[in-house]
Amino acid sequence: MAIHFTLNGKPKTVDVVPAMPLLWVLRDTLNMTGTKFGCGRALCGACTVHINGEATRSCITPISSVAGKQVTTIEGLSPDRSHPVQRAWMEFDVPQCGYCQSGQIMQAASLLAKTPNPTNAQIDDSMSGNICRCGTYQQIREAIHRAARLGGAPAQSGGAALELEPSTETVMTGGAE
Amino acid sequence: MSAITTALDRRNFLKTSLAGATGLIVGFYLPGRREVLAAEATPAVLNAFVHISPENVVTILIGKSEMGQGVITSLSMLAAEELECDWKKIQFEFAPAATVYFDPAFHMQGTGGSQTIHSGWVPMRQAGATAREMLIAAAAQKWGVDASECHAENGDVVHTGSNRRLTYGSLAEAAAKIPPPTDVKLKDPSQFKVIGKPIKRLDTADKVNGKAGFGIDARRPGMLHAAVLRCPVFGGKVASFDATKAKTMPGVKDVIQISTGIAVVADNTWNAMQARNAVEVKWDEGPTAAMSTDSIWKMYAAATETPGVVAKKVGDTDSAMSSAAQKVEAVYQAPFAAHCTMEPMNCTADVREDRVDIWAPTQFQTPAQGIAAHIAGVKPEQSFVHTTYLGGGFGRRGWSDFVTDACETSKAMKAPVQVTWSREDDMQHDYYRPASYVKLAAGLDANGNPVAYTARVACDSINNWFFPGSVKNGMDESSVEGLSDMPYDVPNILVDYKMTTPGIPTGFWRSVGASQNGFFEESFADELAAAAKKDPYEYRKALLSKQPRHLGVLNLAAEKAGWGKPLPKGVFRGIAVVEAFDTYVAEVAEISIGKDGTVKVHRVVCALDCGQVVNPHIVEQQAIGGIVFGLTQTLKDEITIDKGRVVQANFDSYDMLRMNEMPKVEVYIVPSTEVPRGMGEPAVPPVAPAVCNAIFAATGKRIRKIPVKPEDLT
Repeated sequence: MAIHFTLNGKPKTVDVVPAMPLLWVLRDTLNMTGTKFGCGRALCGACTVHINGEATRSCITPISSVAGKQVTTIEGLSPDRSHPVQRAWMEFDVPQCGYCQSGQIMQAASLLAKTPNPTNAQIDDSMSGNICRCGTYQQIREAIHRAARLGGAPAQSGGAALELEPSTETVMTGGAE
Repeated sequence: MSAITTALDRRNFLKTSLAGATGLIVGFYLPGRREVLAAEATPAVLNAFVHISPENVVTILIGKSEMGQGVITSLSMLAAEELECDWKKIQFEFAPAATVYFDPAFHMQGTGGSQTIHSGWVPMRQAGATAREMLIAAAAQKWGVDASECHAENGDVVHTGSNRRLTYGSLAEAAAKIPPPTDVKLKDPSQFKVIGKPIKRLDTADKVNGKAGFGIDARRPGMLHAAVLRCPVFGGKVASFDATKAKTMPGVKDVIQISTGIAVVADNTWNAMQARNAVEVKWDEGPTAAMSTDSIWKMYAAATETPGVVAKKVGDTDSAMSSAAQKVEAVYQAPFAAHCTMEPMNCTADVREDRVDIWAPTQFQTPAQGIAAHIAGVKPEQSFVHTTYLGGGFGRRGWSDFVTDACETSKAMKAPVQVTWSREDDMQHDYYRPASYVKLAAGLDANGNPVAYTARVACDSINNWFFPGSVKNGMDESSVEGLSDMPYDVPNILVDYKMTTPGIPTGFWRSVGASQNGFFEESFADELAAAAKKDPYEYRKALLSKQPRHLGVLNLAAEKAGWGKPLPKGVFRGIAVVEAFDTYVAEVAEISIGKDGTVKVHRVVCALDCGQVVNPHIVEQQAIGGIVFGLTQTLKDEITIDKGRVVQANFDSYDMLRMNEMPKVEVYIVPSTEVPRGMGEPAVPPVAPAVCNAIFAATGKRIRKIPVKPEDLT
């Protein structure tokens, strides 16, 4: 069955099983592999995309339900990593393995679109559906606050520095007493 | 296991090691910054680690797997330090499988044991220094001057007297023909310009826009997708199967039996997974079907009734124990734990008549290469491993079962095949951190100081699962590490081990033996402090006078946490210090306990000593990440077994720590000029004891079995 929708601003038509989740249409039919498979049951958030602007778990979203809608994936968030969330992620060097980060970034972008200056509690509410096994939550939290401050600032202000200002403190210690 | 046992033994590593030594560097992804730098021409090969293109792009070959721990960046920094190149023009590529990339600790190409920065410390700097000297020699030849009159500077060779300059790019081709010097001198640490700086990661740009290519993202022309139906009981086999219905389902190409189960091959992953549900299989479940968590604990408890193989013996514990003023005894337990890499296991294989290519998120390239060659029936040098980014590793990807799946299916289908595991496959067919059961005892003198210390460990052997039959005398060091090297000053020690094998696959899990033994040892140390009626920090400190590096991190963590200072009402502290892989980490956890028994961790202060620090930013990332991993182990991780099957299936029944549970973490580094050691794992072990010791401070209740559950505290 042919299904029409808009993907990252461009019209798309796919002819697949109607129950096939959007995740697999993106990854296997359209070879858009930036959106990740993590659990298949909306438990981890790795597959998060925007549908008509709402953060949505694509792994449980049948393609038939996407007909006529606007889908944005990580590849379409910005053409050049200029979205404030991407710039903040670059500035704080957030990712480790990186696998969950497409979903984290899409979830954070959705949060900031609705709540431009989120509190920690609002970040917890919005981001706790996204698992990061590498444990980048602290850096994600800082980067979301930073992205909130970046807002509509010029794109070149973030992420260009080669070195990070570490929060690590290097302390001389005498060892054995 | 069949393919592993036939193809993966130590002898085969040598046979397979030739492959790729002269192989083309043809990653199907070009991760790194090639899109920005657009290097077009073939780079000159200065050595196995340094290639330089005419456009002046320096490519560092990474013979290790990047699973988040930052090795792309830290290894590149080591080479760049000596190469004197422009860091902005550095890019990287994952190396093929080849002997030159073997890790001396493993005698094969692989990433684990927090080993990368230690084993790369000299070779990567030598590779940079050697390439630099070859570039200088090439420039000297061109100018007709003596090499001693030239020096390297930010990607140029400079003739010091005349200030003439040539770029590395313009010299690379000539330099590659110069015999490499064998006597390069490496910089003194006081001269470091790159090492020690918090340089940002080279892989971040590709990880914020979906471009980074993980194994699951491999795409080959004509590629089919497959899902494998495995026996739910470990060690079980297919007795018979009926795929009549599955074969009629949308997109299905074929349903075939392979050594690991039934492979359902389709035009996309979803169709393969749907059709898999329709395959009817009769399993021969085998003996493990009799196993359950209860029976396994009984098996372990029974094993500890009699002496085991001695791991460490100092003095005479029997007589010291009998004359002690006070005896403390306890039994501790830790469950099986799953790795839960966010990228489920997968592999893409293209088996042909005369070669096999695999695109694999593997930690161990050499066994992957050997297994692929064995299945394809080609020589090892015809087996090409294209290492992708790994969506987490934590030890799980040292195994090659996913390589077996893909190669056997591709061979049967005569087409490139990607096998993708579901989350349920991944969680229920892991090589788990072994469940472990330990009986601890200590004798204290009248002052509360330990005079005797014994530990008897019952658990399965990881190494015997990795190399079946390799553990000959019943001793696997990984089962007792963290106890056999217990740091406290005790005159009489006996640690023994009962290797106990219930049939549940076990494997290397971030920090390996220290993940459970660190919990046992440091919780019991707290018990001894309590029995001695002493402060747990002061008690440890007094017993670590001969262990300066333990003491260094312990003191720093206590100081930064404000040990002994008042806390908000209802908040309590616990402390622990563990050495793992020669890195020393102390942590102080601050917790409170809700009315429903839920433990809330507010703050973790971490002090670490990993020797010379290559990149403090990445060290900090790994410390924080390790603490999150440790918190999940403390509060959540528990795989249980029923009728030989894993009960948990997905993140609803086996959850991970999430954003709303994330404490404030602070990381402090003890400066050191000792040889660098890794940080991928050592922040994990102190977490569970620090949290559980805080629970004791809060409640007087000693947690001797993780994970700690609300019902333990109500």
